Amino acid sequence: MTTATLQPRDAKLYKPEVPPDWCPGCGDYGVLTVLQRAVGELGILNENLMVVSGIGCSSNLPGFFKSYGMHSLHGRSLPVATGCKMANHEMTVIACGGDGDGYGIGQGHFIHSMRRNVNMTYIVMDNEIYGLTTGQTSPTSEPGMKTKSTPFGNPEGQLNPMALALAAGCGFVARGFSGDINHLKSLYTQAIQYPGFALIDVFSPCVTFNKQNTFGWFKERVYKLEDKGHDPSNWTAAMERAKEWGAQIPIGVLYKNPNPRPSIDAEDPALQGAGLATIKKLGLTSEQRKKLIAEYL
Amino acid sequence: MANEIIVGIGGAAGDGGASTGDNLAQTSARQGLHVYVYTSYQSLIRGGHSWIRLRISDTKVTNIGDQVSAMIALNQDSMDRHLQEMKAGAICIYNGDKVKPGKAPEGVQLCPLPVFELAGKDALPIMQNTVALGALVGLLGYDFQALSSVFEHTFKKKPQVVEANVTAAKAGFDFAVKTYKKHGTVLKKTDAKLAMVHGNNILAMGAANAGCKVYCAYPMSPATGILHWMASHGKDLGICVRQVEDEIGVANMAIGAGQMGVRSMCATSGGGFALMTEAIGMAGIMETPVVMINVMRGGPSTGLPTKQEQGDLNQAIGASQGDFPRIIIAPTSIADCYTVMEESFNLAEKYQCPVLVLSDLLMSEGHCTLEASFLDREFKIDRGELILEDDGDKNYYRYKDTPSGISPRVIPGVPNHLYVSATDEHDEDGVTISDVYTDPITRKKMVDKRARKMEGVVKDYTPLKLEGDASSNTVVVTYGSTWGAASEAVERLNKEGVKVAHLSFKYLVPFQEKEAIALLKGKKVIVVEMNKAGQFARHLRAEAGITADANVRKYDGEPFEPKHIVEGIKEVLKGKNLVEVQSLEPGWRTPHPPGPGVLSTGSTH
Ligand SMILES: Cc1ncc(C[n+]2csc(CCOP(=O)(O)OP(=O)(O)O)c2C)c(N)n1
Ligand code: SF4
Ligand SMILES: [Mg+2]
Repeated sequence: MTTATLQPRDAKLYKPEVPPDWCPGCGDYGVLTVLQRAVGELGILNENLMVVSGIGCSSNLPGFFKSYGMHSLHGRSLPVATGCKMANHEMTVIACGGDGDGYGIGQGHFIHSMRRNVNMTYIVMDNEIYGLTTGQTSPTSEPGMKTKSTPFGNPEGQLNPMALALAAGCGFVARGFSGDINHLKSLYTQAIQYPGFALIDVFSPCVTFNKQNTFGWFKERVYKLEDKGHDPSNWTAAMERAKEWGAQIPIGVLYKNPNPRPSIDAEDPALQGAGLATIKKLGLTSEQRKKLIAEYL
Repeated sequence: MANEIIVGIGGAAGDGGASTGDNLAQTSARQGLHVYVYTSYQSLIRGGHSWIRLRISDTKVTNIGDQVSAMIALNQDSMDRHLQEMKAGAICIYNGDKVKPGKAPEGVQLCPLPVFELAGKDALPIMQNTVALGALVGLLGYDFQALSSVFEHTFKKKPQVVEANVTAAKAGFDFAVKTYKKHGTVLKKTDAKLAMVHGNNILAMGAANAGCKVYCAYPMSPATGILHWMASHGKDLGICVRQVEDEIGVANMAIGAGQMGVRSMCATSGGGFALMTEAIGMAGIMETPVVMINVMRGGPSTGLPTKQEQGDLNQAIGASQGDFPRIIIAPTSIADCYTVMEESFNLAEKYQCPVLVLSDLLMSEGHCTLEASFLDREFKIDRGELILEDDGDKNYYRYKDTPSGISPRVIPGVPNHLYVSATDEHDEDGVTISDVYTDPITRKKMVDKRARKMEGVVKDYTPLKLEGDASSNTVVVTYGSTWGAASEAVERLNKEGVKVAHLSFKYLVPFQEKEAIALLKGKKVIVVEMNKAGQFARHLRAEAGITADANVRKYDGEPFEPKHIVEGIKEVLKGKNLVEVQSLEPGWRTPHPPGPGVLSTGSTH
């Protein structure tokens, strides 16, 4: 179970028989297609990929992606994915889900996973709305936005996942847009290759329930950080960019730690050999038992 | 005849009573004596009162016993609380420079120690414990060597500490032997060395011996000992140990690992278990093997963090929404904690479902002696229908509908067997059916498939067996750790000529319904359990249609002692159908903090 053949593979190899059933035009199509291309480009074999999601429209992604996968509970993709990585660190683990899933109900895990620094990629399909539950406000909904749960306008503030990620010690913080596929692909490949926790927040418009943050709305606003000479190794500059919202919204790699600290799975003494899940002889040896028993005598 | 002494060591948290108790336990175990320890303590890091009870016997002990017959009072409070509980023949050891005894009950020997003089005036205050322990060991008729070898073992790396302790203990030992009468009970020592273990250590070591490779937890008493054991041994044993941000994360992480084909486990107490419940359903529908321990403590809510109760049975049975198969096992003793780990991991993998283990404070934080050979046993590992390598099957369905309901499980990473597991209802190939218009046929098929798995489980259990006088028409029924005190109570009753049998349940779900009916139908059934509502009595009624004729219950935080059960059963035999027993000795009482109003500190029923 080695990680990559390094031979680029056809994106079609990652398309299962089951077609996606998102609304026509949903931003998540782009997110999925680009992911299939990115892992193909990296040559990762299907069986070496574990894609884990929570619950939401966006969290249906593993069902439309040909690899091993878990479509877990609302908000819990990150601890589940962490368990997967601990159990078999030789696999490439990708967690994904929505803004509600990751920044709302799963927000505690979000912060701690970044702090914990597990080597995996986390893709958040950020549509600033709860899609699956038919359009309620989300932590990333703009103040004042009218949704089914805020018919008089969202009275609450908007969460800034980029700034939060930077503050939580995430070593790879990027933002993409499902309307710019080639740009997004490069974010994925960089994130997957980054040796630690990598976050990509992707603007992935909900065409059905978010009439405010549409494809057009984003197209008018997003600009590429690389076009503006942003230095992704500069945390302070990244924090400055992370604050931008409104007429100008940056996409690209905000921050990539030039000296990444070792990920937790790379450090864990139990994970230095083959993946734990591949160990065939289970249980303690007689020698190990005797040593333990000696502590009690 | 068994000879036994129950020693009580009382002091404030931080006084070092715990290590004094540990040293006494080790000293006894090294002479082949059996020990059972229970510590009654409060949720304080310093101060308050802590009462360590060590039952020391020359035959096996299964519970904490009834009557303390030797005590060390490390402070005035301990003396004031416990002296009056002592009966004739008991000895009471204390620092005569600091503690004043008051009037001792008839026949109780007061043994003040001139600690200043014995330990030297420059000695650390903690040396009073060592002097007292030396004195106690002397009055119990132990060899001094047995105690000094424990100091040598404990402080291996610090020879000066060994010397200081040995000197202080010897001073206490010699003084006591010279000055006071030895305890009347003589314990028969042997050359056997017994292992002295905590329940939590045994759960953890059992898991390791069963092949557990991922352990996740969030600290919560009384389960934290498992985390500590795993954290300190994981590195050597190749176990990945994570402290997670909350129990929701804990459960989900353990299930993620289980799904990948690793034997994984997590442990908590009721409050944390509540947070794990949604994930338990995930393991149910994804058919993921995982072992989850709930070490019960007094509830509800934060309840009594340091006290005993068996009140989370309903919670375990009802954990998570919907119908799905789960297995619930409650070990019946500290030793059984070991066996239950062997069984739990096998059942979890064989039946591909969550296994919930109900331990409790009494077992998990209690400690007792076990034969080293019992622990040094290779566990049987049965991983069920597991596929670890590509077998050439091109039409693999993860959730194949089989006659047994068990679908061969491929671990992620194996080529050509890709699948996605979902918490949504899915078909045999794992593809969800939750978004289709409706599919009653598939839904029923998959619910049935999962449920069918449980039909085989009972056959894998150890069959039920009546203990005590099996021919009796009266059967005392317990579950989990209450086995210990109840088995002794039943034995005593039979000796007194009150004929009773005892049936102890450890496998709770799925239930040994047929066996239970065969053994209990038509008998007078008395359920003895540690909760107010009679959760096990209700379970017995629900699962086997057997309604208890009478119930003996305790829910005051302190564990059953055999005498409580003896009394309870006698009351039942006099005609009562509900007896709620209680720990009433003055030492258990705590005055309400001064403030408005005076609250009663315990009633007599
Ligand atoms: C514990 C729990 N609470 C609530 C829900 C209902 N629920 C399902 S998806 C969802 C929100 C989805 O929003 P988001 O994560 O942004 O995904 P999107 O549908 O927008 O892609 C909610 C509240 C649930 N499944 N589980
Ligand atoms: S509701 Fe919105 S998020 Fe969900 S599939 Fe439709 S467009 Fe996409
Ligand atoms: Mg959303």
